[in-house]
Amino acid sequence: MSKLVDMTGIEKYFPGVHALKAVQFDLVPGEVHALMGENGAGKSTLMKILSGIYQRDGGTLKIEGQEVSPTTPREAQNLGIGIIHQELSLMNDLTVAQNIFIGREPRKRFGRLDEAALNAQTAEIFTSMNLNLDPKTLAGSLTIAKQQMVEIAKALSHRSKVLVMDEPTAALNDAEIAELFVIIRRLKSEGVGIVYISHKMDELKQIADRVTVMRDGEYVGTVNAADSPVSKIIAMMVGREVKEEPLQVPDLGAAEVALQVSGLTRNKEIHDVSFSVQKGEILGFAGLMGAGRTEVARAIFGADPKDSGNIRVHGKTVSIRSPKDAVKAGIGYLSEDRKHFGLATGMNVRDNIALASMDLFASKGGVLSDGEMASTAQQYIQQLGIRTPSDRQEVRLLSGGNQQKVVIAKWLLRDCDILIFDEPTRGIDVGAKSEIYKLLEDLAEQGKTIIVISSELPEIMRLSHRIAVMCEGRLTGILPGGKDTTQEDIMHLATQRAAAMQVTGTV
Amino acid sequence: MTTATDIEKKKPLAGLADSGAYQKLLAFASLIALLIGFSVVSPNFMQTSNMIAILQATSVNGVLAVAATLVIITGGIDLSVGTLMTFCAVIAGVVLTYLGMPLLLGVTAAIAAGALCGLCSGTFVAKMKIPPFIATLGMMLILKGLSLVISGTRPIYFNDTPGFDQISRGSLIGEVFPALPIPNGVLILFLVAMAASYILGRTVLGRYTFALGSNEEAVRLSGVNTDIWKMRIYALAGGICGIGGILIASRLNSAQPALGLGYELEAIAAVVIGGTSLSGGRGTILGTLIGALIMAVLTNGLRVLSVAQEWQTVVTGAIIILAVYADMARRKKAG
Repeated sequence: MSKLVDMTGIEKYFPGVHALKAVQFDLVPGEVHALMGENGAGKSTLMKILSGIYQRDGGTLKIEGQEVSPTTPREAQNLGIGIIHQELSLMNDLTVAQNIFIGREPRKRFGRLDEAALNAQTAEIFTSMNLNLDPKTLAGSLTIAKQQMVEIAKALSHRSKVLVMDEPTAALNDAEIAELFVIIRRLKSEGVGIVYISHKMDELKQIADRVTVMRDGEYVGTVNAADSPVSKIIAMMVGREVKEEPLQVPDLGAAEVALQVSGLTRNKEIHDVSFSVQKGEILGFAGLMGAGRTEVARAIFGADPKDSGNIRVHGKTVSIRSPKDAVKAGIGYLSEDRKHFGLATGMNVRDNIALASMDLFASKGGVLSDGEMASTAQQYIQQLGIRTPSDRQEVRLLSGGNQQKVVIAKWLLRDCDILIFDEPTRGIDVGAKSEIYKLLEDLAEQGKTIIVISSELPEIMRLSHRIAVMCEGRLTGILPGGKDTTQEDIMHLATQRAAAMQVTGTV
Repeated sequence: MTTATDIEKKKPLAGLADSGAYQKLLAFASLIALLIGFSVVSPNFMQTSNMIAILQATSVNGVLAVAATLVIITGGIDLSVGTLMTFCAVIAGVVLTYLGMPLLLGVTAAIAAGALCGLCSGTFVAKMKIPPFIATLGMMLILKGLSLVISGTRPIYFNDTPGFDQISRGSLIGEVFPALPIPNGVLILFLVAMAASYILGRTVLGRYTFALGSNEEAVRLSGVNTDIWKMRIYALAGGICGIGGILIASRLNSAQPALGLGYELEAIAAVVIGGTSLSGGRGTILGTLIGALIMAVLTNGLRVLSVAQEWQTVVTGAIIILAVYADMARRKKAG
C-alpha cells in the first residue's frame, strides 16, 4: 500500500529550543494512527508542520510519494490535509454552513453570496457523515461534540485525504465519543487516513491501528495498537514505568467536619445538593459532562450567585456572596481552566503566588516588599517542586503541571484549608499527574480538606476517600472510596436521572 | 538547515523580546534618530530654546499619557482624559477666579475633581460593567458639556491669582542653574511619571493594575475585590488628569472650556508608541514618556522645517501605525 504521508528526519528549531529531532511519521490510507506523548513531546509541532502552519528546518515530507513543503494551511488543504485543532475554531455567530465554507463561499454574479447552494452543499456533506444537523444552525448554539462534527465536516469539504485530530474527545462525554468513533470508522472505510492525538489510553484500544510515541521532541517508536499493552505505551511515553500505589483510605474517625453544604440550589444547574467533608478528607466528585459539578464548586466559592443553600465552615454558617468571602472563610478554588480562571499568565511566578495575598507583603501605604515576595515564592517553589528557572519566570512559559502547582501555592499561601480542585490534571502529562496526586494526598494528610472534581474515573478512584456522584444537577449518591467501589457503581449513579432517583449511601 | 549556532544567535534577541525592553529600545532609538535627523536638516532645531519648547510641549500630553497608561494596562481605555483636563482647569478657574480662594485650594480642587470624575468612570466600568470605551466616551462628552456650562462658554482668566502661571511657566531649575531654564511644567511631568512608575512597580495597586490587564477573572477568583481596585486606578488616572488641567491652565493663564477634545487621542498615541499593549497587562511609564517625546519632537521638527500643519498631522498618524506595526512584527517573531 502506498503511503499517504511519509515524514522522515523532521527537524524543527524554535529560539533556544530544538523542538523536533529527526522525527519520523507515516500514514497509510484507511488507518487511524495515534500520536502519543506527554505535553511538550512535540506532537502538535509535528502536525503543524504537516498542515503548513510551521515550516520544517530539515527532513523530508512526502504526500502520496511527492515531496512537498506547504507554507500555509491553505496549501496543505489543497494537498488534502485537514486538521481539527484542540481549540475549536468556529465562528460562533455564523451558521454551520457559513463556517464550513468560510473563504470559498459559492457565489452568484457580482460577488453576491449564494446561500442556497451553500446550505445545500453543507447538507450533502452532513448526509454523507450520517449527521442530522440543520446547516442554518448557529455554530455557537451547538454542543462541543456537535461543533467537533462541524469541524470534521469542514475538513471533509476540502476533500481531505488526511485528517489530523488533536485531542478530539477532550470535551466529549461517552455517548458523544461513541458518535465520533462511528464517524471515524466510516471515514476510515472510505480510505481517509487519520492522525489521532490523545492522552486517553482506553480510546487507543478502541480506535487506533498503530501508535507512534514521541518524547522530548524525539521519535521513540511505532507499535501496533492491538498487541501492545497500555503499560508498554505509557512506559514509552515517560521513559520509565509509572508506579501506581493502591489507595489507602485513612480512618478519619471523628475528625471535625470542615465544610458542610446543605440544600445548595442554583437555577436549573444545581438542585438541592447537600454533603459534608471532614478535615483531612479527599472527597471526589464524579459525573458526566454537564452534571453540575463545576457549578456546585463555583456556587460554594461565590463565583456564581446561588439561589438558596447553607454553607458551614468549621461548624459556623458563612455567607458567601463573592470569591472574596469564600477566601476569607478559607476556601480556595482551582479551576479546570487555569489559563482563564487561575493564573495571570503574563505575570511571573512570584506575582501569581502572591496574587491572593498581596496584603501580606504590603506596608500600610500599599507599598510592596518584593524581597519578601521573592523569598516566599522560592519557598513554595522548593516545597511543591515547581520546575521553573526562577520566580521571575512568566507562568505562561511553564508546563501545565507546574502551572497547577503555582495555583496550589497561591492558595496555600492564602492559608486556605478547604481546597476545591476542578479537573486538577487536565492538560497535564502522565508523569506530572502522579506528582499532583501525591501533592493532594500530602495536603490531606496535613489536615487540609480536599474536594476533587474529575471526569476521569481512574483519577477519582485513585484519589477519593469518598465519591460523590452527580447527574443533571442532583447529587445522586455518595460512595465509599477504595476497592469496594467499581467504575460501574459510579457510572450507575452518574446516569441515574431524576425520575429514578434514590440516594444510596449517606453523608 | 538550522544549526546549533543559529539557535545561540537567536537567543539574546528572544531574551530581549521577553523582557519587553526591545520595544522601548526601538522607541528610544527612533527618538534619537529623529533628534539627529532634524538637527542635521535644520541648525535651529538643536538650540536650547527649541529643546525647551519641545519639553514644554510634552508636559501636558505627557501627564495625560501617564494617566492613560494606567487605565490601558488594566485592559481598559480612557477617552475622557482630554476633556477631564479641561474640566479640572475650569474648576480651578471657578475656585480661584470666581470664588477668590487661595492658590493651593484651587490646585487641590482641580485634582480632587479629576479623581472624582475618574472614580465615576471607574464605577461605570467596574460596577455597572459598561465597556471602558463607552463609559469614558460618555464621560468625555459629559465633561466637555459641563466645562462649557460651568464657564458660561467663556475662558476664565487667572490674572487675579499671582503666581498661577508660574506653576507651568516658571523655572525652579533655572533659578539654580541659569543655563538650564527647564520650565516647572516639565519638572511636574517628571515627578508625576516618577510617582506613577513607583505605584506601578512597587505597590499593591500597581501589581493589581497589571494583574487585571493580564487576567481579570483569575484575579477575582483569587478573592480580590477587583471592582474596588479598578475604581481606584481610574480615580488615580483622573487625579493625574487634574494635574494636567492645572498645567495647561497655568500655561495659558486661563481655563479654555472649548479645549480638550483630541488630547485623549494624542495621549493614547503616546502610550501606544511607547510600547504599552492596548490589550492590557503590559506597559511602562518610561515608554509612554518616550512616546510623548517622539510626538512632540516630530511636531516641533516638522514645524521648524516649515512643513504645513496639515502634513504634520498626516506624518503623526503614519508614525503611530508604524510604531504599532513594529511592535506586532516583533511579537510575531517572538512567537
